[in-house]
Amino acid sequence: MRYLPLTDTDRQDMLAKVGVGSINELFADVPAAKLLGELPNLPRAKGELEVERELGRLAARNTPAGSVPFFVGAGAYRHHVPASVDHLIQRSEFLTSYTPYQPEISQGTLQYLFEFQTQVALLTGMDVANASMYDGSTATAEAVLMAHRVTRRKKAVLSGGLHPHYRAVIDTLSSYGGARVDALDADPKGAEDIVARIDGETSCVVVQYPSVFGSIRDLTPIAEAAHAKGALLIAVVTEVVALGLLKPPGEMGADIVTAEGQSIGNGLNFGGPYVGLFATRDKLVRQMPGRLAGETVDAEGKRGFVLTLSTREQHIRREKATSNICTNSGLCALAFTIHMTLLGEKGLRRLARLNHGKAVALAEQLGTVDGVDVITPAFFNEFTLRVRGDAAKVIDKLADKGVLGGVPVSRLIPGKAQLSDLILVAATEINTDDDRMAYAKALKEVL
Amino acid sequence: MAMNMQGRPTGPGSAGKSDTDTFTGNRGLDHEEPLLFEAGGLDKTGVDVPDPKTVKTRLGGLERKSEIGLPGLTEPETMRHYVRLSQRNYAIDAGVYPLGSCTMKHNARLNEKMARLPGFGDIHPLQPQKTVQGAIALMEALSGYLLELTGMKAVTLSPKAGAHGELAGMLCIKAAHEAKGSKRNIVLVPDSAHGTNPATAAFMGYSVKPIPAREDGTVAAEAVKAALGPEVAAIMLTNPNTCGLFEPEVVEIARVVHEAGAYFYCDGANFNAIVGKVRPGELGIDAMHINLHKTFSTPHGGGGPGSGPVVLSEALAPFAPLPYSVRQGDTFRLVEHVDEARDGRKPFGRLTAFHGQMGMFVRALTYMLSHGSDGMRQASEDAVLNANYVRAGLRDLMSQPFGDKPCMHEVLFDDAWLKDTGVTTLDFAKAMIDEGYHPMTMYFPLVVHGAMLIEPTESESKQSLDQFIATLRFLAKEAKHGNDKSRFKEAPRLAPRRRLDETKAAREPRLRWRPPVVTKEAAE
Repeated sequence: MRYLPLTDTDRQDMLAKVGVGSINELFADVPAAKLLGELPNLPRAKGELEVERELGRLAARNTPAGSVPFFVGAGAYRHHVPASVDHLIQRSEFLTSYTPYQPEISQGTLQYLFEFQTQVALLTGMDVANASMYDGSTATAEAVLMAHRVTRRKKAVLSGGLHPHYRAVIDTLSSYGGARVDALDADPKGAEDIVARIDGETSCVVVQYPSVFGSIRDLTPIAEAAHAKGALLIAVVTEVVALGLLKPPGEMGADIVTAEGQSIGNGLNFGGPYVGLFATRDKLVRQMPGRLAGETVDAEGKRGFVLTLSTREQHIRREKATSNICTNSGLCALAFTIHMTLLGEKGLRRLARLNHGKAVALAEQLGTVDGVDVITPAFFNEFTLRVRGDAAKVIDKLADKGVLGGVPVSRLIPGKAQLSDLILVAATEINTDDDRMAYAKALKEVL
Repeated sequence: MAMNMQGRPTGPGSAGKSDTDTFTGNRGLDHEEPLLFEAGGLDKTGVDVPDPKTVKTRLGGLERKSEIGLPGLTEPETMRHYVRLSQRNYAIDAGVYPLGSCTMKHNARLNEKMARLPGFGDIHPLQPQKTVQGAIALMEALSGYLLELTGMKAVTLSPKAGAHGELAGMLCIKAAHEAKGSKRNIVLVPDSAHGTNPATAAFMGYSVKPIPAREDGTVAAEAVKAALGPEVAAIMLTNPNTCGLFEPEVVEIARVVHEAGAYFYCDGANFNAIVGKVRPGELGIDAMHINLHKTFSTPHGGGGPGSGPVVLSEALAPFAPLPYSVRQGDTFRLVEHVDEARDGRKPFGRLTAFHGQMGMFVRALTYMLSHGSDGMRQASEDAVLNANYVRAGLRDLMSQPFGDKPCMHEVLFDDAWLKDTGVTTLDFAKAMIDEGYHPMTMYFPLVVHGAMLIEPTESESKQSLDQFIATLRFLAKEAKHGNDKSRFKEAPRLAPRRRLDETKAAREPRLRWRPPVVTKEAAE
């Protein structure tokens, strides 16, 4: 077996040194009747070539985004990731290291986390960010719990523009101890009056920016209304490239910003692993979940980095911790920070403008197709189409024509007649003019 | 010196003499590397993005006016920055990484290659299901392996890591109680548990009731029985436990827990000791998470991503969260909404936006296919043998808190043998760094004073272990009998950094880079 260094001779010598006659003597505490013999229902070891063939067959049954005109978003976006990113994250010293509990021999990880935290804080316009969460949805649910702790209130008001799956995760993670959720109806046009729902029991208002339907609105009035009632504003970003072009939530009064960081540095991966971003104000940092890298000095006075403020965390505080999170998304955070370093201010702004331009061009083109309306007035790189007929069927027929044309809203919110003709459509820098033409042509044919 | 709650000193200690007197501060291959914010520039980029044609914007007047402040680097500078940073990390590929309870085994590169096949890495979680049948089939195949290896009835793949899996399992337990109209509010957690266990229970609003361990490091069914009552919803027990021991009364514990109407959550962090040797499902557990990043070798990546699928007993299976897949003839379908649930399923909800850590599923299945039933079983046996070999090699010099008896895949020592030497567990661990080793897990489990938990995994050869044992024997003798303790008190002396001041980091938190303040005087 290519992965197991011990030889049979080694095993015999080692058993003798340990002082037992057989390996099963080391399993003496396992009830004898429960010890297994063989595992007859599973195949035996295979060589690399056989494994590659077997998995290759499964992979071949999927349609990769890169093989077709591709316009699917709704919380995960296909962007071009520079080759150097994937090379660097596969360096052994990053790939095969553990959480940096021994800082003297983990300065590489700790320094990039410190840089990552700074990039996330800058991008969101906040004071401080943590070293990552699992993904945008769990980061958002943790933000709601944090708001409950900070305000000592238990009601979260959720915008109808929040991704329905994020809403579902909040429902799952914040339904204990009397905590509750006041969720507004789906809001495809970004016209809801969320301010009216904020009251003296509200701990936080959760607004996605741009919304799951793609629409953008100024968060300032919502922040002001929330603060007037003693509540926090949580801004949720599922497409972080947008922050290269849009006013950051931190400039509009957000108290916590959570985001899905997948767009930068990370592939689609069928939904994971991704990287949750979590940023807040300095004064709230001790209520923040997750790991934090901080700057300090070593015994010689040299600058170095450590994990810090860990008295918030489960391995120290156990049942009094701010969260149970332990392993997070270190390597995905590394991919994010390397890609962001390659982009820099200049590259990110350009990339964001390019994305917006692609989306505007796509909206204009699709808007000319008979039976199609673009219903999102202001957007970044994603918008909502209203089509004649059932959107899920339209997407299905488009797939048959080799175009992955977006997400029918009914996939996210089933059973609502008034939403059944809506499609979420995203455009990024990967889309060529030919892709756009192919989409318009196919849409015309299926409608 | 300040201490944290584990009694671990957090100050930098004594420095001793520096041997790094170079002009640059570099030491040969070890380079000092500035922060990105000191090295990069706002006008630099390593990505040639085409300049977008001028188009009208539809941003609703919300265009960003302010500078973001994100420095960039060109590609060669980026490579150098991160390669230099990488060289300041210890890694499995570079040396023994015997962190107890972390299972730092070899991360095969075939797994990486497979996860990057476009058919797995470049598919969107919301593209039409008929275009991702192979991906769902892969999830089904992985589920099949996990069920066969654990002897359980159902599995949910979506949890993102071990702690997230604990939450999933405990939410199933909560849902099962609620379905019976019972409102139990206590969870039993042994003192030796991972911190995530009590944190998870508390996160869900349960009161945590500790169970003391016996003098032999295991949990007595009698003690569990005494703690059970009509208010107890579940027990969270790690098996093999964090002291490196298989709980001998686990079957009896399951029996008394069920008799009291409670459920048995098993923390499966240590599953690597028993794969192919015993099925947790046959021991009476109801839910167990499996860290794919431990037992099934997906890389730890400096702190994630992980993946924490949860296997469930028949009693809990109906409550497994969304999404899950069902087979319809030759095709698979992902059920993504509660309204679509059929066949008595009552999913408790959704844990994450999409379907879980697909990238980790591919890697874990690659591990399983490569090892096969024979290789997985051999891996567990070798992991256990390696830990016992380390135990046998050190037992005359270092003390074991529960006496000299076989362990599972990790061996636990305490610091009784360091008494009156002036050397602490931390000093000893830091001295290992100078010898080229990553320290073992220290000061955990909390039930043992000055704990040192060593998990070599099956990936170490006998030669490697012989060298490791010889090194620790040398250090142990120096700690006990040596005249000069500076090799411990000043350690590490040869790492990129000496001991770091954690107290300062916590008292004066600097959690991000900020531009240096230019004083008026300096500006003039």
